[in-house]
Amino acid sequence: MSTVNANLTYNYKVVRQFAIMTLVWGIVGMGMGVLIASQLVWPSMNLDFSWTHFGRLRPLHTNLVIFGFGGSALFATSYYVVQRTCQARLISDSLAAFTFWGWQAIMVAAIITLPMGLTSTKEYAELEWPIDIAIALVWVTYALVFFGTVTKRSTPHIYVANWFYGGFILTVAVLHIGNNLALPATAFKSYSAYAGVTDAMMQWWYGHNAVGFFLTAGFLGMMYYFVPKQANRPVYSYRLSIVHFWALIATYVWAGGHHLHYSALPDWAQTAGMVMSLILLAPSWGGMINGMMTLSGAWHKLRTDPILRFLVVSLSFYGMSTFEGPMMAIKTVNALSHNTDWTIGHVHSGALGWVAMISIGAIYHLIPKLWGLPAMYSTSLINVHFWLATVGTVLYIVAMWVNGIMQGLMWRAVNQDGTLTYSFVEALEASYPGYFVRFIGGAIFLSGMLVMAYNTYMTVRQKDAVAQDNAAAQPA
Amino acid sequence: MSTFWSIWVSVIVLGTIFGCWWLLLATRKSQTTDTETDRTTGHSFDGIEELDNPLPKWWFYLFIATCVFSLGYLALYPGLGNFKGLLGWTSYNQWEAEVQQAEARYGELYAKFGDTPVVELAENEDAMKMGQRLFANNCAVCHGSAGRGSLGFPNLTDDDWLYGGDPDTILTTLHQGRNGNMPAKGMMPNMTSDQVDQVVNYVLSFSDRANDPEAAEAGKEVFAQACSACHGSDGKGNQAMGAPNLTDDTWLYGSTYGWIKETVMNGRQNQMPAQGERLSDDQIQILAAYVYSLSN
Repeated sequence: MSTVNANLTYNYKVVRQFAIMTLVWGIVGMGMGVLIASQLVWPSMNLDFSWTHFGRLRPLHTNLVIFGFGGSALFATSYYVVQRTCQARLISDSLAAFTFWGWQAIMVAAIITLPMGLTSTKEYAELEWPIDIAIALVWVTYALVFFGTVTKRSTPHIYVANWFYGGFILTVAVLHIGNNLALPATAFKSYSAYAGVTDAMMQWWYGHNAVGFFLTAGFLGMMYYFVPKQANRPVYSYRLSIVHFWALIATYVWAGGHHLHYSALPDWAQTAGMVMSLILLAPSWGGMINGMMTLSGAWHKLRTDPILRFLVVSLSFYGMSTFEGPMMAIKTVNALSHNTDWTIGHVHSGALGWVAMISIGAIYHLIPKLWGLPAMYSTSLINVHFWLATVGTVLYIVAMWVNGIMQGLMWRAVNQDGTLTYSFVEALEASYPGYFVRFIGGAIFLSGMLVMAYNTYMTVRQKDAVAQDNAAAQPA
Repeated sequence: MSTFWSIWVSVIVLGTIFGCWWLLLATRKSQTTDTETDRTTGHSFDGIEELDNPLPKWWFYLFIATCVFSLGYLALYPGLGNFKGLLGWTSYNQWEAEVQQAEARYGELYAKFGDTPVVELAENEDAMKMGQRLFANNCAVCHGSAGRGSLGFPNLTDDDWLYGGDPDTILTTLHQGRNGNMPAKGMMPNMTSDQVDQVVNYVLSFSDRANDPEAAEAGKEVFAQACSACHGSDGKGNQAMGAPNLTDDTWLYGSTYGWIKETVMNGRQNQMPAQGERLSDDQIQILAAYVYSLSN
């Protein structure tokens, strides 16, 4: 073990800022989700304004939760983890501050432009070209700060969490720039550089890797620090982390084709998308095993530590949705699930169960440290939050499974003369109970976030809470 | 695709799979133990250590099994560039086979009604049950499940017809579709806004709707120039070109001053898609009888 430089301090200011914004965007973004879920139950919740209509708020919901909530959680934890595991301060405080303010400005721009109907129409890449350029600038700066810090580390090796963060940062840069290449027509209107099925393939190469790298690799980086740290146990297997890291990043980039089964996409590309998605099962589970088994010898801690419970349950949801994903990528299964609510359920078992829960666990771990405190204000409120999040997620995904499979079966049911048994409206009508349960599940999940905000507020207003801008690496 | 791209695709697809395979075997080979261990790699990052545990066996075999399945799948199905796969499967011929299968299974059901004249078929209860299902699948999305239409989509239950409601015309409409096109300001592209107001009032006067008589009187001449070529000098329309009768109470786009003004100012484009390539002749025969039965 190398000795830590006595004068070394870490930049916690930017970590703290991003941690707070994780909460803010989490509440706003999930609130938007609950609102649009209510619109599917009660259409009058569209409020009859064009800018509050489902079609405009749905992309705002996805952008705020993925990039606002998830993005801020990734920035906060990656800046924290890279400093602590490399024993090096971020290479530049001002560049780090630029990524913080830049990212927040981009989120505000999303809140303004998407409800106005300014959109490139590409899913998860709706923001128009001037905002895309801003994202590229912030992201390249992020890469500079992150990799610069890794380069000047004082540890001999690079910790596995940083491999995942690094893979995520590099690939997202390539994906974002590649998919958003477009010809600007006016200040807020552009045309994609790709046409027809090429555009569709670019979009889903990006779209599935928004899931694979933004929402998976990045959060595996988070997992590799916060799970062993919170459990106070060594990582289960270094070998496993090597194999699953390289296999995960090599196969994920192929998987996008499974979004375009039975489309104009050439058959070979559909096949490649399907087989790589199947191979992806084992590398994905490698991360789950490494996280879960890290707890061996420390299982009893789950009884008393709700933060650890968040982290472990997130891994269970991760394991479940990375099993479901490869199954849904199989052509015959996809023929049933495609365009149904099953897809929405699958996304949310990943987004709520995995991404949100691991972030919530990590932020609960971080908040006291960033304010120089031993623990959060209330452990029992963390426990309340844990149960709200779990119940909310389960209600959500079960409702969508039931709806999705029902819709898929209703759409393909035929009468004796070969005509369709059900019209689209009949399948929609049958989906109402599921939409209601989904709305309730989402509202419960959101209420957990409000509990977290209250707990955080009460933590940081305690009189011995001092915001740590520059934490000493070596405890005095 | 060209030979170059075909080889390129094959090499990177197989390279990814065999790359994973090699990584698995190489890592497993370098393992020093088969069982769980307390030994660490000796690294420590912010206090986090890493154990030197072997790859879990079941996981190792799961990984190998997915690779083997994928290689088998790539041998059978198209995936490696231009290689067509041993089964000769394509998504297109899967679709074709399903269509043929459906025709074999359902074709006869429709064929037994295909030669019956429309008027007679409209009396046949079994045929009309099938017609209703065909209508629900193919027509209801625009004309409504009861066939009553909505703004821009004709009501099929009344006895007012744009192109004619006799069996042969209905069959033609279904087979070939229809393209309705009313040019903006009719035949008078330079119609002034006063003239628009006048002609709208004149049109309103046909069916005794509230209008300004003075303007309506002035509109008579505008109508003769701009509209009568299609709608006729008496405004009763012309089914040969699908020009609506303006003197009755049936309105495709609304009957108020504002709606008619918008129609005059901007014109209207409307399309009924042709069904001839989507449905069989027998199915169209039944559908025509069903549509006929809605108003007869």
